[in-house]
Amino acid sequence: MSTGCNVPKIDGDKLVRGLPAFVDDITPAGLLYAKILRSPHAHARIKNVDATKAMALAGVVDVIWHKDVKQIPHTRAGQSYPEPSPYDYTVMPTKARFIGDRVAVVLAETLRTAEDALKLIEVEYEVLPAVTDFTKALDTDVLIHEEPDPRGISKGGESNLAAMIDVHLGDVDNALESCDVVVKRVYHLPRVQAAHVEPHISMAWIDEDNRLIVRTSTQVPFHLRRMLATVLEMPESKIRVIKPRVGGGFGDKQELVCEDLVSVLAIRSGKPVRIEFTREEEFVAARLRHRQCITMTTGAMKDGTLVANRMEVLADTGAYGSHALTVQANTGQKTLPLYPMENIHYHVDSVYTNNPISGAFRGYGAPQGFFALESQIDEVAKEIGMDRLELRKKNHINPGEDDPISAHLNEGKAGMARRMNSCALAECIASGAEAIGWNNKQEPTHPRFKRGIGVGLAMQGSGIAGVDWGAATIKLNDDCSVNLFVGATDIGQGSDTVLSQMCADELGIDYDKIVILSSDTDLTPFDVGAYASSTTYVSGAAVVKAATKLREQLAEVLAVEWDVPAEEIIFADNKAVCGSHSMTMTEVANFAFYEAKIQPMATASFTSDDSPAPFAAQFADVEVDTETGQVFVRKFVSSCDFGKIIHPLMCEGQVDGAVAQGLGYALCEEVHVDDEGRVLNPHFLDYKIYTAMDMPEMKIIFHETNEPSHKYGVKAAGEVVIDGPAPAVVNAIADAIGKRSYTIPATPERIWKLMKEIS
Amino acid sequence: MIIELNLNGKQVAWEISPGDRLLDALRMDQGAVSVKRGCESGDCGSCCVLLNGEPVNTCVVPAIKASGQEITTLEGLAEDELMKKLQSSFLDSGAVQCGYCTPGMLIAIWSRLNTGGTLTEQDVRHALSGNLCRCTGYAKPVEAILKVWEDKS
Repeated sequence: MSTGCNVPKIDGDKLVRGLPAFVDDITPAGLLYAKILRSPHAHARIKNVDATKAMALAGVVDVIWHKDVKQIPHTRAGQSYPEPSPYDYTVMPTKARFIGDRVAVVLAETLRTAEDALKLIEVEYEVLPAVTDFTKALDTDVLIHEEPDPRGISKGGESNLAAMIDVHLGDVDNALESCDVVVKRVYHLPRVQAAHVEPHISMAWIDEDNRLIVRTSTQVPFHLRRMLATVLEMPESKIRVIKPRVGGGFGDKQELVCEDLVSVLAIRSGKPVRIEFTREEEFVAARLRHRQCITMTTGAMKDGTLVANRMEVLADTGAYGSHALTVQANTGQKTLPLYPMENIHYHVDSVYTNNPISGAFRGYGAPQGFFALESQIDEVAKEIGMDRLELRKKNHINPGEDDPISAHLNEGKAGMARRMNSCALAECIASGAEAIGWNNKQEPTHPRFKRGIGVGLAMQGSGIAGVDWGAATIKLNDDCSVNLFVGATDIGQGSDTVLSQMCADELGIDYDKIVILSSDTDLTPFDVGAYASSTTYVSGAAVVKAATKLREQLAEVLAVEWDVPAEEIIFADNKAVCGSHSMTMTEVANFAFYEAKIQPMATASFTSDDSPAPFAAQFADVEVDTETGQVFVRKFVSSCDFGKIIHPLMCEGQVDGAVAQGLGYALCEEVHVDDEGRVLNPHFLDYKIYTAMDMPEMKIIFHETNEPSHKYGVKAAGEVVIDGPAPAVVNAIADAIGKRSYTIPATPERIWKLMKEIS
Repeated sequence: MIIELNLNGKQVAWEISPGDRLLDALRMDQGAVSVKRGCESGDCGSCCVLLNGEPVNTCVVPAIKASGQEITTLEGLAEDELMKKLQSSFLDSGAVQCGYCTPGMLIAIWSRLNTGGTLTEQDVRHALSGNLCRCTGYAKPVEAILKVWEDKS
């Protein structure tokens, strides 16, 4: 068996040796370089672009602007069709809607020439009033999108409302009146950036069959092919999208970011074209986690029974509405089931502003929601005088219970009901509390420090129920090696490895027999891509189904040869066995090819109306420097239920990475945007992500459950563990200093002011 | 202008433009693709190479400064015993996720291990503090390095 074992990461060797594996590592002959001229205005009509001087520069091949490209409204969100995001973007917009919006694109023989040419382009703007305060976006005459959304998701043409949600369960107003305590708090969540170390990069060229080849760093190759066909008005058959190794995505590459431009320019020039974002462009023009303001009103009884919850979310989607609806749907859908209550009111206004664009980022709205919810639970506990952990234990969801809200909330269409068929949350809380020393708090290490402990619980999903699906094709070769073709998208998280593990076990052969090819729209079957924590669960089940079919083909052949019933043949340990009959799998493969003369090969698809929730109980032990406000996380515990673990080391790696990102969200990361809509800190120098020096002592505990809806018992791992760090840390700070920050990141300045009671 | 230097043990000379960064000269002109572009401001360490044995971020070094010097990239350490141990320890410890920052990390820590002396976990973290990684949270790279160090000493 290879599942459950730490087999070698299937793409590890080339990565650790720095061999050519990423988009930029292979340079097609005659490659041209494109650079984007970006708007210096937050809101301005692009009246004219004069590229005469730029075109006169030696080495400049082409300059395009909106007059050169047809205006076809679409969304750049990489989601299943029909995408539940407004169609509010065109390849080259006629109006710049944020500082950094596309105005013109230069194509040149060298990167340097392209950069130089940008400075020679003359643009005539009609500057318009801008809306950058998202709390006022619905209360202004300035209309950011003047055209109606063709499918009516946004209120384009009428208001700056990009998406709205309003769900009532029970009667919150009445229920609140009957509660012993009602706690109402307002939480503020910052914009943060995914900060994958490989920037967005795409290349495109026209091949010898006059087809468009796009080699790109993406999480969604198949969605891209479909979206490119729309914006280029080309048949999909003329487009091939190839995803090589990807240097991190975290949601920021679940988006059409540069692929449309390299395609347009490759078609116009007939040459290979490359665009790569600079780090500054990542902060200004890629995607940010939605800034949100969450008002939560919770009603509880003195005995700790939670009765009613109202969650009102105001979100800034920025200039365009990529994921404007669904991220915010997730803010409620992932959080509210944690404490099932009969009375729930969930309201979202997701608004357009002239700020940089928000989008998908690991956790997809849940980190915002869990910061509010898990801070709120501590506040309720304080109000009724109950232990914070006891209040959680009394109210959290348990095995066999129903999620109250998922049936009412999903990707913009009717959701799916969800029951917790596997849930070790109680065990996670118990072991996590033990590991952090919940009842045995450590003393401060210095008289100036105060020490505290905090907890954040979280749950997520495994794919989008009723929407996500993936397929796999498996081909057996005559030496018993196996080609596994999957649409699933390995972006560093290791999906190629775990899918190969499941394939090997299902066929009863060794892991090293598997040769995987993933994410090439010409060669592999479809998959929605790497998002929503879907791959191990959804794509993994497709692999298992395909392997089962392939095994059945082999059994059929052997059944004739051995004169036994096909279903009685067992495939395991590199052998096929039935009674006294036995063959090694290498012999079976040879037999299939040269006696039976068949190509054993099978394809299967998998989708699920269920999205089983992984769970985590995360605990922080922090010290606060009372003189500076600096917070030091001394220890961080993640106790998790991801179902069965296919690859323990890689699973731990998912936790390590998510916690590092989550601690940044809690304590130091914020993309600052000024009143004019300008990003003030678009570099790693002043946008601090965690370094090796900043990480606390980490403890990871797995409580394996056997999720019954999946043959290998798996659930997701990638996202749930980014949800807990911010509330756990801020709850620990409150425990240490007796005061709470309702805003993150909890920077030294914020904590110092809180201690000094300066607002 | 012509730049001439020793790259991974071989004397090479080629034409560059005056403003070219060492990153571009190595990566785009010489095909040393282990030298990764991450930030172009000296903050992330993905483009780390050894300049006369010292780790430098090539995105903030003008190419011309390397003229007449000795440059070693990860490609040049392919047969180095210590580097091979580090690489295999990274793989065994789960220290590679997307792998984009890995070459820079390996160069930085190889250089630190070669300076000798004692090495605590804190020293390893310090040696890696110029290499940003968004996938691993650094836990497994640190573990991988300490294993090599323990075997070495």
